[in-house]
Amino acid sequence: MSQHGADSSEVIQELRALTRKFVERELAPLVDADEREGRFRPEIIQGLGALGLTGIPMDPTYGGSGLGYQEYCAVIEEIARVNAGYAVSVAVTGLPQMILSNFGSNEQKEKYIPLLASGAAVGAFSLSEASSGSDAASLRTTAKREGDSYVIHGTKLWTTQGDSARVIVVMARTGEPGPKGISTFLIDREKEVAGFRLGKREHKMGLHTSHTMELVFDQCRIPASQRIGDEGNGFTIAMSALDSGRITIAATALGIASAALDLALSHARQREQFGQPIGAFQGIQFLLADRATELAAARLLVERAARLRDEGKPYSLEAAQAKLYATDMAMRVTTDAVQVLGGSGYTTEFPAERYMREAKVLQIVEGTNQIQRLVIGRALLGRLGEGSK
Amino acid sequence: MWYFSDEHRMLQETVRQFSQTVLAPRIETLDEKEGFHREAFPKMGELGLLGITVPEADGGAGLDAVAATLTMEEMGAVDASTTLSYLAHTILCVNQISNNGSPEQKKKYLPKLISGEHIGGMGMSEPEAGSDALGMKTKAEKKGDHYILTGTKTWITNGPDGEVFYLYAKTGPGRKDVSTFLIEKGMAGFSAGKKFSKMGMRASPTSELILNDVKVAATQRVGEEGGSIKQMMRNLDLERITIAGISLGIARASIEYATKYATERKAFGKPIGAFQQIQERLAEASAWYEACRCLTYDAAAMWDRGLLTGKAASTMAAKAKLQSAQMATQVALDAIQILGGYGYTREFPVERYMRDAKLIEIGAGTNEIMRLVIARQLLGEAADA
Repeated sequence: MSQHGADSSEVIQELRALTRKFVERELAPLVDADEREGRFRPEIIQGLGALGLTGIPMDPTYGGSGLGYQEYCAVIEEIARVNAGYAVSVAVTGLPQMILSNFGSNEQKEKYIPLLASGAAVGAFSLSEASSGSDAASLRTTAKREGDSYVIHGTKLWTTQGDSARVIVVMARTGEPGPKGISTFLIDREKEVAGFRLGKREHKMGLHTSHTMELVFDQCRIPASQRIGDEGNGFTIAMSALDSGRITIAATALGIASAALDLALSHARQREQFGQPIGAFQGIQFLLADRATELAAARLLVERAARLRDEGKPYSLEAAQAKLYATDMAMRVTTDAVQVLGGSGYTTEFPAERYMREAKVLQIVEGTNQIQRLVIGRALLGRLGEGSK
Repeated sequence: MWYFSDEHRMLQETVRQFSQTVLAPRIETLDEKEGFHREAFPKMGELGLLGITVPEADGGAGLDAVAATLTMEEMGAVDASTTLSYLAHTILCVNQISNNGSPEQKKKYLPKLISGEHIGGMGMSEPEAGSDALGMKTKAEKKGDHYILTGTKTWITNGPDGEVFYLYAKTGPGRKDVSTFLIEKGMAGFSAGKKFSKMGMRASPTSELILNDVKVAATQRVGEEGGSIKQMMRNLDLERITIAGISLGIARASIEYATKYATERKAFGKPIGAFQQIQERLAEASAWYEACRCLTYDAAAMWDRGLLTGKAASTMAAKAKLQSAQMATQVALDAIQILGGYGYTREFPVERYMRDAKLIEIGAGTNEIMRLVIARQLLGEAADA
């Protein structure tokens, strides 16, 4: 099957083949029913972990594969071709690993990275709140230092896999209002955490195999050793996690779009109307040509951002551009895939309509596409890009 | 619109109130469970909505295409699914029986359809004949005083719940040998087939119709044998104008919801409506909606004044539907985007608006077919060379 423009190293090709074989065999047969019933299976993450696919960019010292973001993106894309919910779950399990690897203490790294990198545990990242979404620095959940503990109080929203995650990285306010008063904490749910409970599970348009949770902290006391990095450094940590996360969300968009394009192409070859395959009509041909070109362009943007990150160079701007373009592209490709399949595309018997519902969320998560434009605008224009106040 | 009559405005108010009180409370659950709001139909009947285009002498409201379109817009703004079923009933079945049926056929079918006791539908598409409608294979063979119908129809709105279907079948070997039959639920060999599970319009049931050697009296044939193409095509034009009304309703609801949200939701210390990215989306949406509204109601008003016949009608209807359908999907997608994470949840209606809007780019002729209709009018024979 074509990769729509993928041109990559042997390692990446092997990783793609390995991932594809696993998800086609273990996940694909379950997707329809699990999407309908909103079921998440931790054993899929464990299975991916057993193949070394859940800790791709982590240091082998901590059970990772010691590879880069280019390899990581290829794996996520392959998972997304079959089901975006699991691609997002793998990406989200990657965030605490990345945060710990960059900002955690040695004890924290040794204890938690191997758990997550092996797929034995699921990870989550909790930043948003009801009144603080795009404006993340205005978050209100507090963490008060009391001796050797912090007491966390507040409600977090939109936490992917908040229910099944053992390790949750949560941002809370330890000081002044604004970005400088935020710190990062690790909640370990191996045992029950007093004062922590799961709130409602969001009922969403799509991505049903990935649960989206409200988390409630009611005077929740955790040891001070569970703070990651310095006090007041939380916003920096969150933003660096989001920079990385944007690349993986863009990779998820590539996977959905490439599956949707393949489906539309196969339908255009097989479906006959007016005595010929509908792919013979320019109305269909040109639509497919435009979407395939956009997919190839998006792939280059994603690869560029991943490569810069792998080379240790700045990549915030490039990650935002990749996320913005790839997710908008996926929305167009999936919408057109429904269109090419016509009435069939609108039914749940074909995955086109699911791809379309999945693509939409990618324009919202990891910073809405409005926020990506803001990031890009500021990078281009400097202080001027901050806009009028 | 400035040319709406007082009667149109009263109707608009009536439908708006009906939609809020009868449709709004139930649509969320019906969408979730893929139900059907059958009880809404007798209530529409009481308001005179089901025979909206039928002459008063035949028990209808004697209103016009503008009235039908604005009914679609008002109902569509609240519950596009039930509106789609209403369209299949009223425009595709009732209006066709009223226009083309014999006096006996009208007397037999219209009263119960207009009261809402019976649900109607239409059968044209087939598994292998979608965009290529004249490629239909369902056969009606004449045997003395009756016909034997065999074949499978698909994408039938109201298929699982309907009592009466206005159904097209081939009575000869040619592409144009199309005749019409009135098929009733319960006829031996006739069944609804499988119900489709859909992305949107989930409270409007869709199924196949299976005709397995169905014996139909010749008196059930509508019009002359082999003479249905013209009225079939003309009614498709009216369907396209009125279904564009549903797109307008969905778009208007999306814009209203997103606008309200943009004034209430704060980020970075101000309402998100203060940011130009949000302003741009809303401004574009509002302008596109207004343009489609002009196009669609103009088509309806021209239709009512007899200014649209033949190819001109098909082209104008295609333009109204092509633009309105695309507009509604984009506007609903933008509404989700403005609501962000909330827009993606089922606690807010905008994700339903989007799922429903997409159907209108496919049903009643895909966007691609609309472009073909327009291109043929522009290019003449060169378009098919």
